[in-house]
Amino acid sequence: MTTEVTDTAAPAAAGTILQGVGVGRGAVTGPVARVSSVPKPPLDEKPPADKEVGKQQIQDAFEGVAASLRDRAANSTGTLSAVLSATALMAEDKALIKEIKKRIDAGEPLLTSVDRAVEGFCDMFKALGPYLAERITDLRSVRSRVLARLMGHDEPELPDLSVPSVIVAEDLAPADTAALDLAKVLAVVTELGGPTSHTAIIAGQHGIPCVVRVTGVMKLQDGQQVAVDAAKGTIELDPSDETKALYRERSELLAGLESHTENGSTSDGHPIQLLANIGQLEDGLRAAGRANEGVGLFRTEVLFLDATEAPTQADQAATYGKVFEAFGDRKVVVRTLDAGADKPLAFATQPDEDNPALGVRGYRLGRISPELMETQLAALAQASKETGKNPWVMAPMIATPEEAKEFAAQARSYGIKTVGVMIEIPSAAVRADQIVAEVDFVSLGTNDLAQYTMAADRLRGELADLLSPWQPAVLDLVNMVATAGTKSGTPVGVCGESAADPLMALVLTGFGISSLSMSPAAIATARYVLSQHTLDWCRALAAAALEAHSADEAREAVVSRMDQKVRALLAL
Amino acid sequence: MPERTVKIASSVGLHARPASLFTQAVAATGLDVTIGRPGQPPMDASSILMVMALGVGFDEEVVLSADGDGADKALDDLVTLLATDLDAK
Repeated sequence: MTTEVTDTAAPAAAGTILQGVGVGRGAVTGPVARVSSVPKPPLDEKPPADKEVGKQQIQDAFEGVAASLRDRAANSTGTLSAVLSATALMAEDKALIKEIKKRIDAGEPLLTSVDRAVEGFCDMFKALGPYLAERITDLRSVRSRVLARLMGHDEPELPDLSVPSVIVAEDLAPADTAALDLAKVLAVVTELGGPTSHTAIIAGQHGIPCVVRVTGVMKLQDGQQVAVDAAKGTIELDPSDETKALYRERSELLAGLESHTENGSTSDGHPIQLLANIGQLEDGLRAAGRANEGVGLFRTEVLFLDATEAPTQADQAATYGKVFEAFGDRKVVVRTLDAGADKPLAFATQPDEDNPALGVRGYRLGRISPELMETQLAALAQASKETGKNPWVMAPMIATPEEAKEFAAQARSYGIKTVGVMIEIPSAAVRADQIVAEVDFVSLGTNDLAQYTMAADRLRGELADLLSPWQPAVLDLVNMVATAGTKSGTPVGVCGESAADPLMALVLTGFGISSLSMSPAAIATARYVLSQHTLDWCRALAAAALEAHSADEAREAVVSRMDQKVRALLAL
Repeated sequence: MPERTVKIASSVGLHARPASLFTQAVAATGLDVTIGRPGQPPMDASSILMVMALGVGFDEEVVLSADGDGADKALDDLVTLLATDLDAK
């Protein structure tokens, strides 16, 4: 089924840019392939001559749609199959069909009754807030299929993808996305939808650039050339040859990043260890198969999250051992239990804390449940002995040099050879000189460091600007810790999300940070950015960021001084 | 008519996967089962759209009722289902 372009206005000029919300970093140019837009009931539709026949047609159309969705569910697996089955359930919903039949009895035309009944449910869902947005997309997809059947068309078909194309649609329900040959999809652009919609997530998983909420995108013609930039959320119409060349370079670069596996270093050979953050055992095993220099943050509390009682020493040792084995000779930094605040655990959470972020969490749990730390250190020592590997072990939420000393002594008494602490409380950063004297390494948790420095709750979205790791005061503290480490020869890592920001990676390197730990998928980009700058260049970028008066100014100072070719290729 | 009141245990509330599992279980009873918030009009519990439109969140109460042979047993089974976290993998 195709839709006529009803808009008679002159086509938009070459180079026109449509703005949407991008998902991912990809960029690509190619021809448009439109998914037929939603069929609409004609305005002059007449009620059926025979209401009983009309109601039977409705019944048949819904049953046909449900059967075809079930059929596709049976031929797919996993999430997709579940999504298709759930959509089929909607197509056989008794309440919906009853409502439509009631409307026909009241004298409404067929197609109009389907349209209005579906919109009635959509309105109810909308009133319940954003969490049912996906179900609205599903329900409208059912409506389109039913209307198409009633109008004697095939169910909405996806376009012919004989040449790889940019899919353009009003919205794509999971059931539609499922039918796409993703190997032929260059990018996905939708007029509606949201960045966390199922379609956006699937596109992200397949590395397909996706831009949603692009107004006016349905006016594009099939075959028209467009340049899609997911990093900026833009669609450029009929792009120039220069734009095409830049986009080609960008997509080649992104595709090629993963093929680099060398250790992290600046262009002049200053090493920066690139490490992975892991939680679940499965994450760890997957990360072990990727190009990194080990684990910079093994969040052990994730292993405890579903447990109602603390896991036993033997259970813990078995899990730790598997991770140590998987990484072989690579470094593994284990963080002891960081429960409390936003990570409640059934057996360790303190009830009735007014300020859980400032309460008994992380290392402080030892004040009331010392056995948690004792069991965990014993399990780590056991796993170390059984595998012959020497993990680095650090404690979270250390506030004073005294606590660092106390933890180091305790961990060493269990036979842990390399002991460190996290620096995420401003007092620990200010006294970093004394802390590095007590331990073998330190690791900065920039998310908590920003939260405590700026007195802004990490979970409050409206405070996001205060929580930026680019806040000059936070940068000052990070620099202070890095300087203390450099002076005493103590390795200083960063394991917060800021390590995953390629711009911040340059600044941290400039401060003298020796390792960056981030989500495994972010490592390739960090490796590339570092390899394009010298250590002195990083130091100059770090100095420029420190001189800024605001977070935005600090970031901008780095963007404008970094390698401009790299900036363009990464769309920073 | 037998009735049961139960708190929703699924952390995402009664929509998405939990709603789909629940309505299928209702349909499997072969009985006319209704669901509603306490003191509000009951809805057809076999309709996934109606169940989702109730917008019941985690730890909120719903009233189930059913009539006919085996209604008590069917309601008990449905209560057990709703008192389980259906979104847990």
